[in-house]
Amino acid sequence: MHKEQAANMSNYLTYQGKYKGLLGWITSTDHKRIGLLYLYSILTMFSVGVLLGLAMKLELLAPGKTIMDAQTYNSTFTVHGVIMIFMVVVPGLPAVFGNFLMPIMIGAKDVAFPKLNLLSWYLYVAGVFLVLAALFFGNGAPDTGWTFYAPYSFKTGTNLLPAVFGAFVLGFSSILTGLNFLVTIHRMRCPGMKWTKLPLFVWTLYGTAWIQLLATPVVGITLVLIALERLFGVGVFDPALGGDPILYQHLFWIYSHPAVYIMILPAMGAISEIIPTFAQKQVFGYKAIIASTMAIAFVGYLVWGHHMFTAGMSGTAQYYFSLLTFIVAIPSAIKVFNWISTMYKGSINVQTPLYWAASFIFVFMIGGLSGLVLGALATDVHVHDTAFVVAHFHYIVFGGTGFAFMAAIHYWFPKIYGRMYDKGWANAGWLVFFIGFLALYTPMFYLGMMGMPRRYYDYMKEFQGGNILSTFGSWILATGLVIIIVNLVKSARHGTPAEMDPWHSKTLEWQVSSPPSVENFDEIPEIAENDGPYNYK
Amino acid sequence: MYSPEITQASNFVKGVDQAFLVILGISFLFLIGLTVVMIWFLYRYNRKRNPVATQIHGSTSLEIIWTVVPFLLTMVMFYYGWAGWKPMTKAPKDAMEITVYGRMWNFNYEYANGRRTDTLYLPKDQAVKLNLKAMDVLHSFYIPAFRVKQDMVPGKKDNFMWFEPQRVGNYEIFCTEYCGLSHSYMYSTAKVMEAAEFEKWMTDTTQLAAEVAAMEAPGAAGKKIMQNIGCFACHTVDGTKLVGPSFKGIWGHEVSVITDGQKRTITVDEDYIKKSIYDPNADLVDGFMKGLMVSYQGQLKDEDIAEIIEYLKTVK
Repeated sequence: MHKEQAANMSNYLTYQGKYKGLLGWITSTDHKRIGLLYLYSILTMFSVGVLLGLAMKLELLAPGKTIMDAQTYNSTFTVHGVIMIFMVVVPGLPAVFGNFLMPIMIGAKDVAFPKLNLLSWYLYVAGVFLVLAALFFGNGAPDTGWTFYAPYSFKTGTNLLPAVFGAFVLGFSSILTGLNFLVTIHRMRCPGMKWTKLPLFVWTLYGTAWIQLLATPVVGITLVLIALERLFGVGVFDPALGGDPILYQHLFWIYSHPAVYIMILPAMGAISEIIPTFAQKQVFGYKAIIASTMAIAFVGYLVWGHHMFTAGMSGTAQYYFSLLTFIVAIPSAIKVFNWISTMYKGSINVQTPLYWAASFIFVFMIGGLSGLVLGALATDVHVHDTAFVVAHFHYIVFGGTGFAFMAAIHYWFPKIYGRMYDKGWANAGWLVFFIGFLALYTPMFYLGMMGMPRRYYDYMKEFQGGNILSTFGSWILATGLVIIIVNLVKSARHGTPAEMDPWHSKTLEWQVSSPPSVENFDEIPEIAENDGPYNYK
Repeated sequence: MYSPEITQASNFVKGVDQAFLVILGISFLFLIGLTVVMIWFLYRYNRKRNPVATQIHGSTSLEIIWTVVPFLLTMVMFYYGWAGWKPMTKAPKDAMEITVYGRMWNFNYEYANGRRTDTLYLPKDQAVKLNLKAMDVLHSFYIPAFRVKQDMVPGKKDNFMWFEPQRVGNYEIFCTEYCGLSHSYMYSTAKVMEAAEFEKWMTDTTQLAAEVAAMEAPGAAGKKIMQNIGCFACHTVDGTKLVGPSFKGIWGHEVSVITDGQKRTITVDEDYIKKSIYDPNADLVDGFMKGLMVSYQGQLKDEDIAEIIEYLKTVK
């Protein structure tokens, strides 16, 4: 394509190819449009998950029946978990912001395999429908918890096999995205974009892609074993057939623990972009942050057993899993130290993305430090499978990944839509959400320490105080969420037009127009020796 | 319950709470310290106060310090976690053994002399080893006050926990592995007694006789057996439908059951009740889920079932 033509072409939002309207979007292989397809599908599933979560908290407002019976409650937390994990946080940042930004950040016109990229989105949608169908056709919605532990899941869920198949299809979408990103990052960097000049968000996508590629196939192995057992009666997991239910737990967590790092690594990457931009300062310890990313990606494979300290593993295995869990905590700590040091002597412009990033650091620290309680053997025995774990997990996945997602969407919003959000409402939304978040999850730490088990439809009167606070928190959080979403949707349509580089950042995506043109760059950029993603003057 | 006034309820409390103290202490120190520093930086280096940033690329010595120091601290935490947990893994040889049966959705206990209860009676200052037997799905046996928890895995050999109760009192026992519909109602109580009192409870036949005397009413013995083994978690006697059918007025009445996929009508008699206890899914009452109840073969003797039948005759 000629330069002049490209320059004259409209941006990726208004571009009109072979098809108009919706069809023009769902047949587009443009990485930016695919990123937005993911954004809208993920937000849809997220809304469903939030409503289910609110219903659960309302039920727990008082002991005994509040709004639903036990069977409905058990199904509610199961579907909430399945949707939030497999359809929201696992694809989350890589599929949305990775797709939209990574090619621009490395100076490429698209990912290495644009058609495969679109196929990944179709697989995601197919996986969503498969899992939802498995959930709702059959003997009602499943009530197994998102972990589908054997043998209960084999007794109750006649639809276990299709549900795991759906998870596998979702996983395949994840594998293909990972593969695509790996090839893109290896092969499509623009001239001068050395590995040591790669933005940190791209580095975390790189680490994540390896996990997606290597850990996700375990879901496939589990699927084959479940099929062998269900269809041919080979005893693998079900003790009634001579199988071992603990083997199921191992296979489940060999995938699902690294999956937690799929969720959190890109979130850390987004934070590593936002802090230098708003501090107008070189990121502190660029190489240390990269090293810690790769260390997390590697050691993260080897700690799954910490989910099973009370399951009845051998003592030696417990010892090593505990030790490795403490070791995987260190790279996360290194990141926190470097982020805070980046603020030192900066010239800090406190904007909405930075509010989210700073509160991310705070809630992520609480999530990470409470993880140490769960990684130590003696303390884990006491709080395992109690509300404490639910609090820890939500602090990491909702506090970590969720806050980073919010930081990222506000940060890159002017780039994506070419318009600026209303800053006053955005800050108000953050504050309400943050207060709601703390009120919702902090009491669960306390309840867990007191001994309240998780997945509890009903509870003893002594646990009520904490539960009331938590339920109130859920309403505050939901209010904040509504403010944020309404503000973003309105601003995407009517916000003031954004400049190319409203935050004065140095990474490549801010050197192209807002919104970017269809092919991102008229001319492939070249990175000079003195340039870099964080070279502020 | 985790509260200071009953900190010494078992021999493990000290080790576990010490690990909590060390880990939470270090954690709070870091959380508060880093948050204060971050907020200070956000204030002090705000662009109003500091219009031009000073570019700093990093510091190798700082990176080394904040890798090594957290590493050492995590190793300290790991040590306390390990030290508090290690003694839980091996029960002393002279421990008193009690078998715990876990099933949807109750626990019950069998003592060496064959006594069965729905409350865990324990002697103070005596090591106790609980042999855990899950009859259907995964459960987890959790006594928060004792700081002990162990999953109950069906078919697993050598599934046990041990502890030494050190304070007289009643303590809650929860199931902490999600096990279906009534998971949150699967709880029980550990009642710790002075050793002498416990001994009396275990061996005192007059007390047994007193219990029997209290059971003079027709069917009372059967009712007690059913309470102990947990029938009423799923079956009511007032006509309310739970997971299983209600016992109200079933004796001698006709019920519609599914046998090998065929619907048929039978009359509830001694044979049917016995079959329903030993092979619950063979003649399944129409409208109820298969597979929720497991066989009580080996759990109940024929004499027990005779008592249960006597009781069911009285439920009108």
